Amino acid sequence: MESSPLTDRERSSIGLRLMEKAGLAEMDGWLAVAVLGLFAMSLFTLQQATAEPTGQYLQRQALYGLVGIIGMIAISRIDYSRFRELRVGIYTFLCASIFAVFAFGVAARGSTNSLELPFFTFQPAELGKLLLILALAGFVIDGARRGTGFRRTLSYLALGLFPTGLVLLQDLGTSLVFAAITATILMIAGTRWTHLAAIGTGAIAFTAIVLVLMPMVGAPVLKEYQQDRLTSFLSPSSTIGDAGYQQNQAKVGIGAGGTTGRGDQATQSDLGFVPERHTDFIFAVVAERYGFVGAALVLSLFALLFWRALRLMTLSKNRYGTLVAGGIAAAIIFQVFVNVGMNLGIMPITGIPLPLVSYGGSAVIATFLMIGVLQSIHIESHAAQRSPWID
Amino acid sequence: MGLALFAALFFRLWSLQIVTGDRYLAEANQNRTREIRVQAPRGDVLDRDGKVLVDNRNSMALQLDPIEIPESAAERKELYVRIGRVLGRSPAWVAQKVASTEKNDPPGSPVTLTRDADDDLVYYLQEHQDQFPEVHVNRIFVRQYPQGTAAAHLLGSVGEVTAEDLKKNPEKQLAAGDSLGRAGIEQTYDNQLRGRAGDTRLQVDSTGRIIGQFPSTMPKPGENVRLSIDSGIQQAGEASLNSIGLRGAFVALDVRNGEVLGLGSTPNFDPSIFTRPLSQDQVDALYDEDTGAPLFNRAIGGQYAVGSIFKPFTALAALDAGVISPSDVVNDAGTIRISGQDFDNAGKQAHGPVDLRRSLEVSSDVYYYKLGAAMNGTPQLQNTARDFGFGRAAGIDIPGESEGLVPTPKWLNDAHRKQPEYYDPWVIGQNIQFAIGQGYFQASPLQMAVAYAALGNGGDLLEPQLMFQTEDSAGRVIKEAEPRVMNRIPIDPAARQVIMEGLHDAAQAPGGTSYKVFGGFPVKIAGKTGTAERAGEADQAWYAALAPYPDPKIAVVVTVEQGGFGADTAAPVASQILQTYFHKQAGQVSGGTGAVE
Repeated sequence: MESSPLTDRERSSIGLRLMEKAGLAEMDGWLAVAVLGLFAMSLFTLQQATAEPTGQYLQRQALYGLVGIIGMIAISRIDYSRFRELRVGIYTFLCASIFAVFAFGVAARGSTNSLELPFFTFQPAELGKLLLILALAGFVIDGARRGTGFRRTLSYLALGLFPTGLVLLQDLGTSLVFAAITATILMIAGTRWTHLAAIGTGAIAFTAIVLVLMPMVGAPVLKEYQQDRLTSFLSPSSTIGDAGYQQNQAKVGIGAGGTTGRGDQATQSDLGFVPERHTDFIFAVVAERYGFVGAALVLSLFALLFWRALRLMTLSKNRYGTLVAGGIAAAIIFQVFVNVGMNLGIMPITGIPLPLVSYGGSAVIATFLMIGVLQSIHIESHAAQRSPWID
Repeated sequence: MGLALFAALFFRLWSLQIVTGDRYLAEANQNRTREIRVQAPRGDVLDRDGKVLVDNRNSMALQLDPIEIPESAAERKELYVRIGRVLGRSPAWVAQKVASTEKNDPPGSPVTLTRDADDDLVYYLQEHQDQFPEVHVNRIFVRQYPQGTAAAHLLGSVGEVTAEDLKKNPEKQLAAGDSLGRAGIEQTYDNQLRGRAGDTRLQVDSTGRIIGQFPSTMPKPGENVRLSIDSGIQQAGEASLNSIGLRGAFVALDVRNGEVLGLGSTPNFDPSIFTRPLSQDQVDALYDEDTGAPLFNRAIGGQYAVGSIFKPFTALAALDAGVISPSDVVNDAGTIRISGQDFDNAGKQAHGPVDLRRSLEVSSDVYYYKLGAAMNGTPQLQNTARDFGFGRAAGIDIPGESEGLVPTPKWLNDAHRKQPEYYDPWVIGQNIQFAIGQGYFQASPLQMAVAYAALGNGGDLLEPQLMFQTEDSAGRVIKEAEPRVMNRIPIDPAARQVIMEGLHDAAQAPGGTSYKVFGGFPVKIAGKTGTAERAGEADQAWYAALAPYPDPKIAVVVTVEQGGFGADTAAPVASQILQTYFHKQAGQVSGGTGAVE
C-alpha cells in the first residue's frame, strides 16, 4: 500500500503554505478583494463593451494587470520604510522622468505626457503619483524634527508643487492629483491650520490667475481644449463634438442604464455617443450596461479600498506609513471622485482615469504598485505587532 | 470627508439611474435611431382611356431635423449661418423657414429647406454629413401634369399636412410630411390617392452617420383614380373656349349614367404652380377679378341667369300643370302686355303663331311669358325647377359647387326682410322673368347639364360623377362608379317628344336659332341657345345640346360670359365638343362644319 508523502494535515494546508511562502497570507485580504474586484470589473467591461479592435484592449489590459499584480506582490515584500531613506533619489528620479517627457515625449490626444519605451508607452506622471507620495512623506517626516515654521511648510509645498507644475504643462488632470497628494500629506503631517489656510488662499488666487487672468492678457497656461472642458461643465451645450455634448451623452447613457442596466442594448456606449468609452468614460459604460447594480458595485469596491487604506493609516507601525497610506488613499479617492463625478456630470472633464478600471497601462501598473505599498504597510504592521519591541 | 464624497456620488448615481432613468432611456433610444418616414407615391389621376392627367416625379428635398435645432439663441444662429452658407441663403431666410414650419406644421415636422435640390448640393451634403448632421436629404414625390393646363380646375392640388389638418382629420392617421389633397379630385379622393407612408428606422452613430437599419414598414402606394373625363373632349372644349378669349365654362355629361365627359372653365391656370410655394403675386393673380379669377371653376361654381335654355323646363311645368297643351298656339307679336307691363322678345321680333315645338325652334319669349304668367300664384314652375335639380348642388365629386337659386315669393319676402332698403315685392313679373331663365333665377352650367341629361334620358336626374373607377398601382380595378339617380322625374313621353322635336328644329331646321352652327352637322342633334341679360354687361351666351337626336347619349352645356347671342359664341364651342365626341364614337365624321358663318 502506497502512502502519501504528505500527512492529511499537510495536504489540507498546502494552499495556505504556498501563500505563506509568497507572503500572500500576510496581505490585507479585504484590500486584495477590492483591488482584484475592480480590475475584474475592468476586464469584464472591456470584453463586453469594446468590440474594436477585437479583443485588443482586453488582452493588453490583462497584460498590464498581470505586470501590475506581480509588481504589487513584489513591492509588498519590501519594507516601505526603505523608501523614506531613498527619498532624495526617488524625488530626483520623479522630476527627471517628468522632464524626460519634454525631451523625448510623444503626443497623444492633444497633450504630450508619455515616453515611448520598447513594448510600452509609459506615462511617468502616473508612476510619479506614487513617487511623490513616497518622497514627500519622507521629506515631511525628516523636516518635522526641525520645526513647524511657515518656512518649513512652504518648503514642503515647493517640493510638492515643483513636479505638479511640470505635470501641469503636460496634463491638467494628473497635475490636480499631484496637488491633491501634496495638500493631503501636508494636512496629515499636522501642518498648522493657519498655514493651510494661507496655502488655500494662494491656491485660489493661482487658479484665478491661470484660468482668468492669463488668458485675458493673452498668455494662456491651459490649452484651449482644456479650458473648454473646464468651462463646458458649467454651461453644457449640445453641439456635437464639444465637451459639453460628450458629457451630456455620458449622462444620458448612465441614466438609461436604470436599475439593472441595458446589457447588450447599451447603445449610448456601443454607438459611440459616450466618448472615450474605454478610458475616461468607462464608468458610464459600466453604468449603462449593468445599471445601478453594476455602478454601485464599482463605487462600493472603491469605498472598501478607501476604508482599508484609512485603517492602515492608524495601524501603521510608524508615521511615515501613516503619511504614505494617507497620500495613496487621497490619490485614489481624488481620482475616483473626479472621474465618476465627471461621468455623472457634476465635475468638469479633466482627463483623469478611473483607477484600475479605465484602460491604460501606466495607470493600472502604478495603481497596483500603490496597493503593493499599502500591503507592505499592512504586513509590516503585523510584523511589528508580533515583535512589539522593535520600532 | 471621504464618506461625504462617496455619499455624493452614490446619491447622484441613484438620482440619474433610478429616479430619472426612464427619461434618459427614452433619450438614448432616440439617440440611436432616427425614424424616417418613407413617403408613399400618390396615385395617378387618369382620363377614361388611361391617359395620365397627374402623376409624380422624384425630387430631393433638404430637410432640417427639428430635434437638432438648439435651444440657445446663439447656437441657433450659428446653425442657421452654417446651413445658410451651403444653401446660398441668409441666416434670416433659414430662421424664417424654421419659424413658419413651427407655426404651421405639426409638432416635430422636419423643416423643408428646399425641394428640388440640385445634384451638386445633394452630393456635397452626403459627403459632408458629419458637418451637417442636422440636415437630411429625403426623396419626395412632386405632382406633375403631363397634359399641361388640361382639366386644371377639376384636378386640384396637394399640400403638405399642417397642424390644422391633423386636428381636423384625426381618422386619416396623417403625420408630418404627408401630402393631403387640397382641392378637386385630389381632395375628394384623397383617401384613395394618398397611400400609406412607410417607416425606416435607421441606426445612427454619434456623428449622425447611418450604420444600420431596423425592420421597416414598406410604403403602400396610393390607388390610381381613373376619371370619366375624355381628354379629347376636354381639350376640344378648353381650346375652343380659350380661342374666344372670354370667361366661360362647359360641361359634357353622359346622359345615361351621369359620367362627366368634360368639364372646363376659362380662364385657366397651370396646376403645376402649386407644387412650389406661391408668391403673393401668384396668389393675387389666381383670385384677381380683373384677370377673371382663373382659380374659380365657373362650370360648377358660377351662378348665372341662363336665358332661353331654361325654356324646355318651363314648358314641362306648364304641360304638367295643364296650363297648355303641345298644340295650343300663341300669337307672338313680338311683345305682350301683362298686368299693364310690356314684355318683349329680343329685338321685339315677332314670330307669329307659335305652338310648343315652334316656340323652342325660334325661341319665342312671348310664348313663355304667357306660361310664366299663367303659373304665377302656383308653385308649379318652382317645383319643376327643383325636380330637375335647380336650387341645390348637383353633387359632383369635387368641392366648389354653387347651389344656384330658384326664386319663390317666400324667398323674396325673406330676403327683403333682411334688406328692406331694396324693396322689390314678388309680382307676376318675377314669375314671367323666371319662365325664360331670367330674373332672380340662377344656375350653374353643371346644373343645366344635369337637367338636360334628365330631359335626354326621359327623366332620371343623375348625380354627375368624375370618378370612373379606382385601380391599384398595378392597374387592377378596385372600385367602379355606379350611376346614382337622385330623382326620377315623371315626364310625359309625348310632351318630352314634342320638346325634343322643338330642340332639334332649333338646332337643325332652317328657321332654328342655331341652324347656322348645326344646320350641316353630320349627326342629328337637339340644342337650345340662350342669351342672358346681365346688368351693366354684354349678354351672356349659352348653349345646351343633346345628341344624338332623338335618343341622346351626351348632354353639353356651354356658357360664355359677355359672349352675346348663344349661337355666336357658345354654340360653336358645343359643336367642337360634339364633333370630338362623335368622331371618337364613329371613328369617322369627316371635318366639322361647326364654324360660325
